[in-house]
Amino acid sequence: MTLVIVTVMPKKGVLDPQGQAVQGALSHMGFADIGDVRVGKRIELEINGHDPAGQADKMCQDLLANQLIEDYSVEVPE
Amino acid sequence: MSATRVAVLRFPGTLDHESAAKAVQAVGGEPVFTHHMDTELPEGATAVVIPGGFSYGDHLRPGALASRTPILGAVKRHAADGGRVLGICNGFQILCESGLLPGVLRPNASLQFICRQADLEVADPGTPWTGGRLAGEVMSVPFKHHDGAWFGDPGESRVVLRYKGENPNGSIDKIAGITNLAGNVMGLMPHPEEACDPLLGSVDGRALFAALLA
Repeated sequence: MTLVIVTVMPKKGVLDPQGQAVQGALSHMGFADIGDVRVGKRIELEINGHDPAGQADKMCQDLLANQLIEDYSVEVPE
Repeated sequence: MSATRVAVLRFPGTLDHESAAKAVQAVGGEPVFTHHMDTELPEGATAVVIPGGFSYGDHLRPGALASRTPILGAVKRHAADGGRVLGICNGFQILCESGLLPGVLRPNASLQFICRQADLEVADPGTPWTGGRLAGEVMSVPFKHHDGAWFGDPGESRVVLRYKGENPNGSIDKIAGITNLAGNVMGLMPHPEEACDPLLGSVDGRALFAALLA
């Protein structure tokens, strides 16, 4: 079993209202140095068998990310 | 002759199937509830409605998981043969996620759930879905959604309905509803099934259901 970590983020240039709302809240709370905030998701997959990173990549393309609005990255931790 | 049969899809978390079925009946059709794990549409069904709700709890992305269920395979074959498909709210999200319609529905720009009656302007009068109304004519239909901002390239579709006046949700070009280029697959965020009875203040929604039977 291999742990594979998928990170899905809103594409640059696509409005991220969730990130903007978090940025606004942080700014209101007094975090004066806050710049751009973007909110995405991390998906942990346990994958059996051959080429877990390749399988995860296929899963991203078929379901986990909508590439119209999201970018993804696949990482297999040591 | 018996009434035209219309498949009304049900996923875990679908909410508006009863209203959609009543709307199909209101225009003279026979609704047939259809399970998401079925691999074929019900026998004799000549059109499909994908009703609103929160299929699979909107997990991952609204419509994403429902769009990968077996019944969508049958819907794709039906649409490829020119059959009519109407997706409402979550049904619109499912159609976009399945690739039957272009684009994707994103969270409202305000991040608020919005629920109110809306004036929708007919943009493209040449599709079957607006009952012969002219461009610019208005249909009064309510909407209720959190993820209703359509994002995509309008040139990949036919824009059938736009929100009149202020943009309520950040949808590109104030788009409320589109069809595919062929015109047989229609998706919209507002709820025409809640505008089919005079008691609800508008019967403008009937045109969309009548198009399923035409």
